[in-house]
Amino acid sequence: MTVETGAPRQEPDLRESHARGWRGVGWGFVAKLLMMALVNALGLSIIFAALNVEAWGILAASTTLLIAADVIYFMKRTLPLKYIFPGLVFLLVFQVFVLGYTGYVAFTNYGTGHAGSMQQAVDAALIQDEQRVEGSPTYPLAVVDNGDEIGFAINADGEVSVGTETQPLEPVGGAVVDDAGTPVEVEGWEIVPRSALFTDQDLQNQVVALRVPVSDDAESGSIRTRDGSSGAIYSSSLDWDPDARTLTDSETGTVYEATDTGNFVAADGSSLPAGWVVTVGFDNFVDAVTDTNLSGPLAKVTVWTFAFAILTVLTSFGLGLLFAIIYNDPRIRARRTLRTLFILPYAFPAFMSALLWRGMFNREFGIINDWFFFGMDINWLGDPLLAKVVILWVNLWLSYPYWFLVCTGALQALPGDITEAARIDGAGRWRQFRSITLPLLMVSTAPLAIASFAFNFNNFTIIYMLTEGGPPFPGTSGLGSSDILISAIYSISGVDGGVANYGLASALSIVVFIVVGVISAIAFRQTRKLEEIQ
Amino acid sequence: MRKQIAWGAAFAATAALVAGCSSGDAEPAETSAGPDAAESEAPAIDGTGAELVIWTDAEREEALATAAEQFEADTGATVTLVQKNFEDLRNDFIAQVPTGEGPDITVGAHDWLGALVTAGVVDTVDIGDKAAEFQQVALDAMTYDGQLYGLPYSTEAIALIQNADLVGDTAPTTWDELIEMSNEAGFEDRPFILFTNGTAGDGYSAYPLQTSFGAPVFVQDESGSYTTEVGMGGEAGEAFAQFLYDNGSAGTGVFSDTIDYDTSNQLFASGESPFILQGPWMPFFDEGDMNLVVSPMVSAGGETAAPFVGVQGFYLSAQSENALLANEFLTNYMATEDAQRTLYEADPRLPALSALAEEVSADPITAGFVESASAGVPMPSIPEMGNVWELWNAAEIQIITGADPVSTWNDMVAELEASIG
Repeated sequence: MTVETGAPRQEPDLRESHARGWRGVGWGFVAKLLMMALVNALGLSIIFAALNVEAWGILAASTTLLIAADVIYFMKRTLPLKYIFPGLVFLLVFQVFVLGYTGYVAFTNYGTGHAGSMQQAVDAALIQDEQRVEGSPTYPLAVVDNGDEIGFAINADGEVSVGTETQPLEPVGGAVVDDAGTPVEVEGWEIVPRSALFTDQDLQNQVVALRVPVSDDAESGSIRTRDGSSGAIYSSSLDWDPDARTLTDSETGTVYEATDTGNFVAADGSSLPAGWVVTVGFDNFVDAVTDTNLSGPLAKVTVWTFAFAILTVLTSFGLGLLFAIIYNDPRIRARRTLRTLFILPYAFPAFMSALLWRGMFNREFGIINDWFFFGMDINWLGDPLLAKVVILWVNLWLSYPYWFLVCTGALQALPGDITEAARIDGAGRWRQFRSITLPLLMVSTAPLAIASFAFNFNNFTIIYMLTEGGPPFPGTSGLGSSDILISAIYSISGVDGGVANYGLASALSIVVFIVVGVISAIAFRQTRKLEEIQ
Repeated sequence: MRKQIAWGAAFAATAALVAGCSSGDAEPAETSAGPDAAESEAPAIDGTGAELVIWTDAEREEALATAAEQFEADTGATVTLVQKNFEDLRNDFIAQVPTGEGPDITVGAHDWLGALVTAGVVDTVDIGDKAAEFQQVALDAMTYDGQLYGLPYSTEAIALIQNADLVGDTAPTTWDELIEMSNEAGFEDRPFILFTNGTAGDGYSAYPLQTSFGAPVFVQDESGSYTTEVGMGGEAGEAFAQFLYDNGSAGTGVFSDTIDYDTSNQLFASGESPFILQGPWMPFFDEGDMNLVVSPMVSAGGETAAPFVGVQGFYLSAQSENALLANEFLTNYMATEDAQRTLYEADPRLPALSALAEEVSADPITAGFVESASAGVPMPSIPEMGNVWELWNAAEIQIITGADPVSTWNDMVAELEASIG
C-alpha cells in the first residue's frame, strides 16, 4: 500500500480534534463530556450558593463564566479560546478581582469606626442610646394580634394591659394569665404563640422593633421585649430624621449631622461612636505622606525596604556565586555531598529558621552573645541598627543556597570552549570571570534576581518572625525600625488587634504593587540588553 | 480497566456535586432534635426551622455544644456552631456583621467592646435580675457608656505564683519581702520574673506594680467606666518610672527585656526563679508536679496592686435576624449556673458567676487567681487604649534598659495625651 492512497482518507481526522468527533470509540469526547459535567456541577453549586445568600455580583460573574465555558468547549469556532480560557478565569478571579477590590477599599475610610452603611450606623446609635428605665420591673409579656396589627399584652402585678405602637397601654378586663403570669387569653386579641415568633423571621423582626408607649406622655418610655416573653420599660432620646440626615437628642437638644467623612457630628465637635464607610477619594494616599504621625516613620520604612531588598539580593547572590564557583572546581572531592549540605538552609521552612535565629540572638540567653562575643551584652534585636544587621544576616543565611543552586547550574551550562579560548589569549582568572563568566551568567540569573528582589520587597515572614518590626519608632505610628512596607501595612491594617485602617493599608498595598511592578518592568527591559551578549 | 474506574469516580463526583446543589443549603453542623423532645418544664416552644449561628473558638466549642443541645431539645431550633481562631473572631465579626453574613452570637473578649461599639455591630443585652448573680468586675467590663453589651462568663487575671519548694509556702506581702525571700533562697540573679514579652514590652504584666503606685492608665469615673483622661502622669507615674529604673539594668537588674513567654515558662518550671507574675494559662500548671502557691500581687508603691482583669463573654449581633431566639438562648440558657458550670468544666477559666467562682475556689490555686481578679480592674475597652500599648510598652522597656526614667515617662504621657486629643 502506498502513502498516497491512505492520505485522503485521513484528512478529516487531522482537522478535527479528538475531543469533538464521535468516531469509533471516541474516548476523547467522553473524557471532555465528563470534565465539562464536573465543571458544570461545580459552577451550578456556586450559582445556587450565591443565590441562597443573595450575592448578586458573584451570581452574575459565575453564571457568565459558566455559560462562557460551555460555549467555548462545545463550539467548533472557539478553538484558541479553549486553551486560553482556564488561565483567563484564574486571572480574573485571583488577580483582577483582588486588585480591583483592594483599589476600591483604598478610596474608602473602611476601618475601626467605619465598618457598615449609614443605616447600620443609625441602627447602632439608636441601640446604644436606648436604655432600660432605671427601676423598671420585668413584666410577663405576650405578643398579641388583632388581625391588623400586633401589640403587647403585659401583666403588671396581676393587671393585664394591652397596647400597640400607636395605642399606649390600656388595662383590659377579663384576661387570663398562666402560672408564670404570662397572659394567655385577652379579649379582642389573638395571642401569638412564641413558636411563631421564632420561626417567622418577619414577625420576629416586627416584634423586636415594636415599642409600645406606656402612656400618652412620650417621656415615660415604652415597653420593649428582647425574648418575646418578658418586657420592660425603655427610653430613648435620639430621633432619626432620614430626610435631614440628622440624629437629634431630645433631652439635650444636640443635633448630630451626617458628615462627608462618615460620622455623626454635633455643632460642638462631639460625635457618636459608630460611623459608616464612605469613599474619601485620595485622602488615604495623601495621609500617608502628610500625616505627621505617620509620614516620618513611613519614609524610613520605605528606605529600609529598598535597602533590605537590594542588599539581600546582592549579598545572597554574591555568596551563592562565590561558593558555586569554588565548589564547581573539579579538584574538590565529595562535591556532590558538600553541595547537598549547602542546600540545607533552603530546605528548612523559613519561619522556623527565623524563630530559631531569634532565640539565638536573644541578648541574655542566646548562644550568639555567649559563644561568639564572650558573653557580651549586645542588644541584637533591640537596637535599631543591629536589628537590621540581624535581618540581613539571617536572610543571607536563608537565601544564599538558592543562588548557590542557580549559579552552579548556570556555571555548568557555560560552554567550556569560550573560557579556553580566553585562556589561550592570555586572560587571567579575574579577567576570565569578569569578562566572560559573569556576563554569561547574568543572562540566565538576572531575571531571577529581579524576581528575588520583588519577593524580598514583600518578605513579610522574616520580619514578622524575627523582630516583628521592632524596635518601635518613638511615637504612635505603631511602626518600628526593622519594619518593611508589607509588615507596616499589616500593622496599619489592624489585623493584629490594634486600631484598624483598612483604607490606608489598601492604599499602601496599591503603592507597593505599583513600585514593585515598575521596578520589575524596568529591570526586565534592562536584562534584554544582557541577552544581546549571546 | 483503570480508565473505567476513573470514569466511575468522575461520575460519582458529578452526581455528588449535583446532589449537593439540589439540596440547597449546606447540611447544618448540628441536626435539630424533633419537637417530641421538648418535654421540659419550660413553656413548650416549637422553633423548628429557626437557626441560630454562633461563632466560637475551639476551647469553648464543646461547652457551647452541650448548652446548644439542651436548647435544641427544648425549642426544636437549630444551633450551628462555627469554629474560628479566637484572634480572628473580633475582626471577622466587625467585617461580617455589616454584610449580613455574621453570626447571631459570638464568643469574645471584653476589651474588643470599644471596637465593636464604634463599628456598630454589637447589640445591647438585658439580663435583668440575673445581673446580681454575676461578679461586679465582670459586668463592669462588659459595660460601655452605661450599657451592658454582652453576657460575661469568665474572668482572668494574673497573680503572683511562687514555687513553694524553693521559698516556702508563705506568700510575701510587700515587694521588699518578696525580693528578700528570693535572695535568702539564693536567687539573687533572678529573684522574680516579670516582663515576659521580650523587647516588645509588657505593660500588661507590670500593671499591678504600676497601680500600686496609684498611676492607672486611664482614670475611672464614679460609675467605674473609663474616661479618656490619662492617669499615668504626675508624681505617681514618675515614682513608678523611678522604681522600674531602679530595678532595671542600671539598678538591681530584676527586670530585663530578654525574657519572652516561652523563656519565662521554662525558667520558672525548671526552678531558675521562685516567683513569677503570670496567669492560669501557663503550661507548668498542667504538668502538676510543682508545689505552687498563688496569691494576689504584692504592692511596691503602697496602694493595692490591681491587675488588669480580662473578661470573656458572648456578644449579640446588632444585625441578627433572630434577635428573640438569640436573647432567649443567652439569658435563659447561657446565663444559668448549669450552663456556666459546663463552660467551666470544658475550659476552666475563672467563672464570672459569683456562686460558681466560690464553688471552684475550693482549689487553692484557683482561689488565688479568684482573689487576685477580685482586686483587679477591667482592662480598658475604650478605643483610646489602642494608642496606649505601643507607647507605654516601649517607654517601660527603655526605662528598664537604662533610659532616664522621669523624662522618658513624661514624654510618653505627653505623647499619649496628644494622640488622644
